[in-house]
Amino acid sequence: MLSLVIFLPVLAAIVLAVMPRITDAAARWSWLVVTLLDLALVVGLWVSYRDPGAGGLAFEEQLPWIPNVGSSYHLGLDGLSLPLVALTSLIFVVCAVFALRDTDRPRSQAALFLFLQTASLGVFAAQDLILFFVFFDLSIVGMYFVIAGWGHGNAARSALKFFLYTFLGSLALLVGFIGLYLGSEAKTFDMVELAQNPPFGDQPVVGGLVLAAVFIGLAIKTPTFPFHTWLPPAHTDAPAIGSVVLASILLKMGTYGFVRIAMPMLPDAWRDWAWLIVVIGVISVLYGALVALAQTDFKRMIAYTSVNHMGYVVLAVGAAGVVSDSAAQAREVAITGAVVQMVSHGLITGALFLLAGVLYDRKGSYDIGSYGGLAAPAPRYAAFFVVAAFASLGLPGFSGFIAEFQIFAGSIGPVPLTAFALPGILITAAMFLRALQRMLMGETRGLSDGFHDLDRREIIAIAPLLLLAVIIGIVPRFLLDVIEPASSVVIELVSR
Amino acid sequence: MQRDTLALLPEILVLAGAVIVLLAGSFLPRDRQGVTRSVAIVALLLAAAAAVAGMTSPAMTIFEGGFAVDVATGAARIIIPLATILVLVLGVEELGGSARESETYSLMMLSALGAIAMAGANDLLVLAAGYLLASIPLYALVGMSRSPGAAEAALKTYLIGAIMGIALLLGVTILYGVGASTSYSELRSTLGDAPPAAVLAGIVGVVAGLMFKAGGVPGHFWVPDATQASGTAVAAFLTSIPKLGALIAAYRFFEMLPDGSGSGAVEWPLLVAILATASMTLGNLAAFWQTDVRRLLGWSTVSQVGYLLLPVAVAGNADLALPSLLLYLAGYAASNITAFAVVGALPTRRSIEDYRGAAAAHPWLAGALVVSLLGLAGTPPTAVFVGKLSTFTAAWDGGLAWLVVVAAINTVASLFYYLRWLAPILSRGRWDAEAPVSEPSWAARAAVTGALTVLVIGIAAGPILTAFGTTLLG
Repeated sequence: MLSLVIFLPVLAAIVLAVMPRITDAAARWSWLVVTLLDLALVVGLWVSYRDPGAGGLAFEEQLPWIPNVGSSYHLGLDGLSLPLVALTSLIFVVCAVFALRDTDRPRSQAALFLFLQTASLGVFAAQDLILFFVFFDLSIVGMYFVIAGWGHGNAARSALKFFLYTFLGSLALLVGFIGLYLGSEAKTFDMVELAQNPPFGDQPVVGGLVLAAVFIGLAIKTPTFPFHTWLPPAHTDAPAIGSVVLASILLKMGTYGFVRIAMPMLPDAWRDWAWLIVVIGVISVLYGALVALAQTDFKRMIAYTSVNHMGYVVLAVGAAGVVSDSAAQAREVAITGAVVQMVSHGLITGALFLLAGVLYDRKGSYDIGSYGGLAAPAPRYAAFFVVAAFASLGLPGFSGFIAEFQIFAGSIGPVPLTAFALPGILITAAMFLRALQRMLMGETRGLSDGFHDLDRREIIAIAPLLLLAVIIGIVPRFLLDVIEPASSVVIELVSR
Repeated sequence: MQRDTLALLPEILVLAGAVIVLLAGSFLPRDRQGVTRSVAIVALLLAAAAAVAGMTSPAMTIFEGGFAVDVATGAARIIIPLATILVLVLGVEELGGSARESETYSLMMLSALGAIAMAGANDLLVLAAGYLLASIPLYALVGMSRSPGAAEAALKTYLIGAIMGIALLLGVTILYGVGASTSYSELRSTLGDAPPAAVLAGIVGVVAGLMFKAGGVPGHFWVPDATQASGTAVAAFLTSIPKLGALIAAYRFFEMLPDGSGSGAVEWPLLVAILATASMTLGNLAAFWQTDVRRLLGWSTVSQVGYLLLPVAVAGNADLALPSLLLYLAGYAASNITAFAVVGALPTRRSIEDYRGAAAAHPWLAGALVVSLLGLAGTPPTAVFVGKLSTFTAAWDGGLAWLVVVAAINTVASLFYYLRWLAPILSRGRWDAEAPVSEPSWAARAAVTGALTVLVIGIAAGPILTAFGTTLLG
């Protein structure tokens, strides 16, 4: 069942790729149908999901693959991965809807995104390091072609930069994985086994080096300061739906790796270096917010808020590694907040990038200063924009508030240092309010003249994301109930 | 003796094929030479089939220990003929009807035979004989295309080959002098007591010869020139087949040497690790700004030798060393020949810029190029990815973790030039009308076949690694 969810999109992609006679319209609609089908299957998984308990997996599948190196085709879901699998399938539906009117090689575009969907789902479902790495790398390849083939501006250069940076990260990750394999007693790449019997318990130096390799790999993908420099050009030059996938899904692979791989498999090294991870998180939060504040390009601004928002996640996972006597409960809250933040950021940033895409579709510019008084000609656009901006800055009632509240509630107790990141929230608030003011308010001028309001297709694409952000913000229990047992397992594993 | 001869059936088939092709070629009229290609392909297929059959019988050495028939030789006997067939297919349009058609096929088969002989050599003198058999046809092949560039490349190849050949023979002589034998099994015990300086001199000489064949530093100077100046089929051949023989020979040679870790012993793993670092770094840096696609592939092959030397550096010290080397060699040969097949299918396009917009005009060729170049870079799920994964693991396991980091950084550097070639084919460039969408050529078929092979080896790597999973004989 899980394999079907993962491979259904790529099977459709192959059909689309080898059938040159498929018309553009047929390609676009079949893309949408396949993503909807996949989403329906994932909803089915969610409904039938029962907490598998510590060390257990739901919907588990395992087949031998490369037995010589202890690598198998091993899939499974738990409370950490299920929300991200669901987010992934939703985001790809949204992309298919938004692209319904694209005219630039729709058949190849649909095939590429379906391929990317399989790679993304595979990363979150993989329970074997090599399998994880395969999907992780394929997602980079797919995104490279998205940016290089459908981007604008200096797309080839941005795509190359993206590829080189993230591939460097993935190779650091691979080196770390090989280290984990060689350090493990059973010589295995199996993630479940490695989490149960973590290697390097008595070798702090080697363990630290392996953690460094894994951490750098994941930090580049996340991206945290100072590994974030590939992100703004990639976002600026990517097509709108490419940015959405990049921000909503691909960035999560890094932070997901922290809770799935780095913390449970290298608990000793993680605890030793947790203070450094907290510091990196704090810097990412503040730096991302400040640089975003300075942007005049709307899309770059959103890109830098990703550095800020992902910084909260790094902060939380770092704080969870700082062991204090009575704080296990608090640290669980931090990890839960981190996972909620991944989902929440995926929803809200997805919406923001689609809104940026609308700007570019209409007027070919992301320049904040060129727009003014958009609220008059485009009230629906303005409304969506306001909702998305308030959701992103963490106003209560939105998913971002739940996430950030939990992260700080869980982190400040064990690690008071994290309080230094609090001004980040304030700075992003200022930034969004200023952008709202400059673009929406006042007299209609510049590129805002004759701006068409959102059409039905765009509303159908963006509304579900914001709606879900509100639902999670008001009734988060359905999500927290899935995540919380898994976070307590992570805390148990990292405290060994 | 009869058993020994029978064990050499694959080699005999290749040799017989080469002789028949040469003789038939001299009798056939110019426009009927194509028959010899079929003969060559049949002979190579039979040789590969005989090798598969031979893999089922237990490993042994023949001719008084001079030639090993074990898993490494078996792999070479299967990969080399199949790779040669792929080269012949990609060269159908280029070589068909050319002035030296049957001679080219014959020379390729003889050189392939030399590569197999090197892979199986369990004795320094057999190794030297294999070296000469693999090298001499190559000089003629490089010069075959009769352009000034080809003449220069042939001379360069010949000069470097001759010098490195002398170094090899000198190394063999020294090792014979201090070890009192040329047989690996006897040298294994005698070299431990020999003066380390002399052993080191001998090793350096032998390695120089092997590095010429493999196209790695320091014997690499001929590779980019010969790749650029010779015909596409010949370029595909000379960047893959000799390498297969040379690297297996290097593995066998180093595994025979006494462990490098003992006091007073020769630190050969470090020597190989340095050569690996130099090859991959130099190859990658030189490939960075190449605009001619063949020259780019020429430098890329130099860098690939560097990665392939990782398992050689831990020969005998890591369980995965040999299987990972053999798997990487198979994957490399398939990826490299596929890239050349794409070049062969678009013969008028020599520079990276000429490929702008190719994806729209030739989706299958573009797909094959994407698979082969990303394959060479080591992106999953291609063959070289599993090769890199297992060689990295083997090298780290054998105590060379720093070399793994160097190789990983180099891999990222290599992406830069592979992507420089890939980026234009996807862009929305115009593919001018001079290339109408024609019948799929044999070169294009070879490209697609090669790309599929690359993917199949990558996904079915488990069983292949298991099949290569035993250790060497001796």
